[in-house]
Amino acid sequence: MSGTLVIGATSAIAEATARRLAERGDPLYLVARDGERLAAIAADLAMRGSPRVGSERLDANDLAAHEGMLDRAERFLGGLDTVLIAYGTLSDQRACEDSVALTLRELHTNALSVVALLTQIANRLAGRGAGTIAVISSVAGDRGRRANYVYGSAKALVSTFLSGLRQRLSRHGVAVVTLKPGFVDTPMTAALEKGWMWATPERVAAGIVRAIDRRAGVAYLPAFWRPIMLVIRLIPERIFRTLEL
Amino acid sequence: MTSRSVSSWGNVTRAEHALYRLRSRFDRFPQVPPGSTVLPYGNGRSYGDSCLNTGGALLETRSLDRFIRFDRDSGLLACEAGVLLADILRFAVPCGWFLPVVPGTAYVTVGGALANDVHGKNHHRAGTFGRHVHRLELLRSSGERRVCSLEESPQWFCATVGGLGLTGAITWAEIQLRRVPGPALDVETVRFANLDEFFALCDDSDREFEYTVSWIDCLARGPRLGRGLLQRANHIESPSRGRPAGRRLSVPFVSPVSLVNAATLRVFNTLHYRLRRTARARGVADFQSFFFPLDRLRHWNRLYGPRGFYQYQCVLPGAGGPDATARLLETVARSGLGSFLAVLKRFGSLASPGMLSFPRAGVTLALDFPNKGPFLERLFHELDEVVSAAGGRLYPAKDGRMPGALFRSGYPQWTQFAPYIDPACSSNFWRRVTEGA
Ligand SMILES: Cc1cc2nc3c(=O)[nH]c(=O)nc-3n(C[C@H](O)[C@H](O)[C@H](O)COP(=O)(O)OP(=O)(O)OC[C@H]3O[C@@H](n4cnc5c(N)ncnc54)[C@H](O)[C@@H]3O)c2cc1C
Ligand SMILES: NC(=O)c1ccc[n+]([C@@H]2O[C@H](COP(=O)([O-])OP(=O)(O)OC[C@H]3O[C@@H](n4cnc5c(N)ncnc54)[C@H](OP(=O)(O)O)[C@@H]3O)[C@@H](O)[C@H]2O)c1
Repeated sequence: MSGTLVIGATSAIAEATARRLAERGDPLYLVARDGERLAAIAADLAMRGSPRVGSERLDANDLAAHEGMLDRAERFLGGLDTVLIAYGTLSDQRACEDSVALTLRELHTNALSVVALLTQIANRLAGRGAGTIAVISSVAGDRGRRANYVYGSAKALVSTFLSGLRQRLSRHGVAVVTLKPGFVDTPMTAALEKGWMWATPERVAAGIVRAIDRRAGVAYLPAFWRPIMLVIRLIPERIFRTLEL
Repeated sequence: MTSRSVSSWGNVTRAEHALYRLRSRFDRFPQVPPGSTVLPYGNGRSYGDSCLNTGGALLETRSLDRFIRFDRDSGLLACEAGVLLADILRFAVPCGWFLPVVPGTAYVTVGGALANDVHGKNHHRAGTFGRHVHRLELLRSSGERRVCSLEESPQWFCATVGGLGLTGAITWAEIQLRRVPGPALDVETVRFANLDEFFALCDDSDREFEYTVSWIDCLARGPRLGRGLLQRANHIESPSRGRPAGRRLSVPFVSPVSLVNAATLRVFNTLHYRLRRTARARGVADFQSFFFPLDRLRHWNRLYGPRGFYQYQCVLPGAGGPDATARLLETVARSGLGSFLAVLKRFGSLASPGMLSFPRAGVTLALDFPNKGPFLERLFHELDEVVSAAGGRLYPAKDGRMPGALFRSGYPQWTQFAPYIDPACSSNFWRRVTEGA
């Protein structure tokens, strides 16, 4: 039975995804920075059907701690098979515009720390010649917009990195899945007004599990975001510059 | 914090609310602006205005949906308050456990079930939901957390069970589940020709069966007054699963007019009564279809159209109960306003733990009516008079209109309850029934 390592396990989207995996009996290794909620989620997932649930605390920005965490996860699961990277922060765009330090910190959390993890995970899975790496990027990475281009450019880096990694690892039998949710009603977006384009974490989680099972390349979640983002990417800069998007 | 228009199950009131959310039991109580109030919100299955707080805020609790502990030997389950009863059953039934009390829908939260101290078809055996809750944690707006039970902080426990969300937010609870041999029930349906036959049937049924409930043809009058069908059931061990629950259907949008009207009612009620050829029928049913028949049709409340509908549920205590029941049914039949779902049950004498719990020994009758404005309110007035004269009371979970005086006479303990209300909490219901008192 294949196990899954979830990094950022207290995220609402990650938790909803882990429930689906637990209910079908997958072993899980959960990593997050808030120990209290992490323990509560681990207990819940064990009751929902996961036969083995391990967990540990990690701040993803602590790059030096990545290797030890991956070792422990690998040992607990008996080899890394599926890895889901789910953490992130919705940067305060206005505040970033006035602060170099904050901008770099946001890029570190949402992009550089992910790259650091991926570099190590990729080599471990390539060595085994099997497995799936799934990462939650975002539709926001498809084109920079004034409202959130610090966050968006971090996600763009992740998406581009994954695209290259997918090519490299495909000949090693490792799938790389880029997950691009649209608007999801989670604590990250608690302050935003919701409308019809918003999805629940449960719906996005169902799409994530499907994408992982099918070893999809890029999954827009829900799927209606694919044509929308296609159109948005096609708008010429001359016009895009003036849009209130 | 965001805001959104929210309505309750009856769809009569729809109002803008500021929304806050608890995402886990460790979260702090949100700060609401001074002068504003907040009300915990479960899954919105209350019919009237007891889960609404117009002009103020709601505190969404559905994300408190984690299981905490389960002892497979003793059946004691601890879970967060936003867990749905449906989720508990999905988890517990395969291990041979069941909820001690379930209402007519499984889509209610543990917090909602506690705050209304809900009852089920086994009230005569098990009493209310709150009787099976050993402990709960109450989070107050001051930030204080209080674990309450009948031993620890008993007054807080009794105020919070049936406390309509007004004492603060319940974050988790410990529920004593009960063993069952499997997911199936042995169900017997018995036809009765009038109210006297109903009451005669009750004695036997309540003795031999764990679950009993009756459906009444509200349009029948004279010698047929109170004719209907009684269902009685026990859990059984069954080799097959009973009839599988089947696919869930959904009413996709609010129908422009109420599809529940005099014509459809007469046809439905007559057919429902007549189609039972025999006076008795027996069969095996899956627990889903026995306890939660309406859950198969998602959003069935939309059938009542944009004006929504009311439910009227009362309990009539003591020896006068049967007579008062007859008077209520006569009044409804005379009005011609009908009721699609008329449900009759005899509550047992097990005491309810909450200061404001609805159930008490007596007869309970629940009636649904499409919202016809003043016409309907006139009928409600007549029904209120019967209930009041019988010393009865109405169920806040179902109510969106009872006069304050009727509430206060039905629940004289409300003055003992009031000091336990959290200073940050209020609801449409509470303001309405205490206004001018
Ligand atoms: C089809 C149907 C059948 C029903 N059958 C029955 C029945 O047989 N017997 C019965 O007793 N009831 C019945 N009900 C009513 C229903 O069980 C109650 O209204 C129940 O309280 C709804 O729970 P909810 O989670 O939807 O809560 P809401 O309706 O959202 O809230 C109900 C109350 O609970 C409070 N509350 C919710 N969560 C919390 C919390 N975490 N902490 C503190 N307070 C909280 C709210 O403030 C509010 O006062 C039925 C309802 C429907 C729609
Ligand atoms: N919500 C959306 O609309 C949306 C849309 C597209 C993509 N996404 C992406 O989806 C993913 C999940 O987000 P969500 O919507 O589920 O929001 P969420 O519930 O707020 O989850 C974000 C998670 O990231 C964790 N995190 C942040 N910084 C971390 C760090 N340095 N180390 C470890 N963990 C850290 C947070 O931990 P704490 O709980 O400890 O704070 C939290 O668990 C994110 O990558 C997000 O960018 C979200």
